[in-house]
Amino acid sequence: MKNFQIIKALSANSAVTSLSKEADAKFIAGGTNLVDLMKKNITAPDKLVDINGLDLKKIEFLKGKTVIGALAKNSDVASDKEIKEHFPLLSLALAAGASQQIRNMATVGGNMLQRTRCSYFYNTDMPCNKRVPKSGCGAIGGSNRMSAVFGASESCIAVHPSDMCVALAALDAVVTVEGPKGSRKIDFKDFHRLPGNTPEKDTVLDPKELITSVEIPENNFAKNSHYLKIRDRTSYAFALVSVAAALDLKGKKINDVRLAMGGVAHKPWRLTEAEKFLKGKEVSETVFKQAADLAMKEAVGYGDNNFKLTLGKNAIAEALTIAASK
Amino acid sequence: MASKKTNENKVTPEDANSRRDFIKKSGLFTALALAPPSLVMASENKWDEKIAEYLETVPLSIEVNGAKHNLNIEPRTTLLDLLREQLQLTGTKKGCDHGQCGACTVHVDGIRILSCLSLASMQQNAKVVTIEGLSSGKKLHPMQEAFIKNDGFQCGYCTPGQIMSGIACIKEGHANSREEISEYMSGNICRCGAYHNIVDAIIEVKEGGKLI
Repeated sequence: MKNFQIIKALSANSAVTSLSKEADAKFIAGGTNLVDLMKKNITAPDKLVDINGLDLKKIEFLKGKTVIGALAKNSDVASDKEIKEHFPLLSLALAAGASQQIRNMATVGGNMLQRTRCSYFYNTDMPCNKRVPKSGCGAIGGSNRMSAVFGASESCIAVHPSDMCVALAALDAVVTVEGPKGSRKIDFKDFHRLPGNTPEKDTVLDPKELITSVEIPENNFAKNSHYLKIRDRTSYAFALVSVAAALDLKGKKINDVRLAMGGVAHKPWRLTEAEKFLKGKEVSETVFKQAADLAMKEAVGYGDNNFKLTLGKNAIAEALTIAASK
Repeated sequence: MASKKTNENKVTPEDANSRRDFIKKSGLFTALALAPPSLVMASENKWDEKIAEYLETVPLSIEVNGAKHNLNIEPRTTLLDLLREQLQLTGTKKGCDHGQCGACTVHVDGIRILSCLSLASMQQNAKVVTIEGLSSGKKLHPMQEAFIKNDGFQCGYCTPGQIMSGIACIKEGHANSREEISEYMSGNICRCGAYHNIVDAIIEVKEGGKLI
């Protein structure tokens, strides 16, 4: 790893200021992804701004919304009593990601900014437009078992690896960020972007901006929600496909529904058409299968990952069935 | 894989080069070149490199297994390399060095983390416990005893990480069933496949109710 300078930030404001002075500086929180990327020389900042001392760890239950500090640890959010009660989907998704050691280190903000685990991004001997713009995409026509089936481009077919983000996308979360020009809010569904011809950009966040919190609006999904993650081994692996399903039921009738998928796109993938289709219908196996067919209608496989087209359909129907039966 | 720079304590030629570059940048090199013989001698004694080394390091106060250390370390030193290379605590193992195997699991302020993905320079005033800190004198920790009794290992390489994780698993309240233990121990890979016996050992310690 290339050596670097490290400084400890005392406030969100000073963190943003000290970062904006340097051309090649980065914030560091849990470090579980950044340190790994630095070891591989995929990123090599001259300076790190350690933000762990900032007061951004709280989880606050306010009227109408819950605000989670960007530095709250993944394990703390997953095991928080009120999060479990009000947003079990988030708790389940967090617990499905990584290992307890990593969840003890990783923060909410850092989780959102983790890079893809596409093997071509990690292998510096291979072309990757995300790692080195204009170098090509090794995964297209290469080994692409983990790759995207939605929203990919000729430049990049990598997927976003987070589980937590799939739940937050489903729950209509809003991200608050602080930058040199002050703070702003970004809808979670717009936070991560599609690759287009600039796959090096994972999100709409400016590199000088700092995520300070994520808020989740109150909802009626607590009783009937489920996060289903399908992976190569029972635990501690990235999703081949995952589904966040949240239902607001009145008897058998679906009052409202949220559906999002992980492991299928460059961003957490909201299934808005399937949501529209399900709204107002009665819970049944047939309806869930129809919704799943509709959701996967636009999906495109790249060879090795063609199995995701069938797996995705089955996973959506299964997640909805489990959520409805809770 | 781990770069040799982080792996070794010795100064490799590559390191020496980067330090010379650093000196050059800071203008000290020019000063030395124009300096009187006494300073040239200083250069021959590698004082220039020693100064550069000092300038590239940060101070760190850290407590490991109850012993306090005041050190100067490079910011890029991971906690794992600090333990193994500078404090000679080689019980904590370097498996993958990329957060995929759990062999490097240690407790920091009572919480299990991966020391390979943790920068030591971010652990100011932390209290670290490694496998070497578990036994008191010759008396093994109950989890160590249970691993021996239940044959919780074969080659032993993952064992320090498994034991540190196993203790945390019970303390966190995640050892209530075989399934829950397997899930919460999933960050510790054992290529010999001693998983069943590892779970047995953890259950035995939990049910034994000894202070851990």
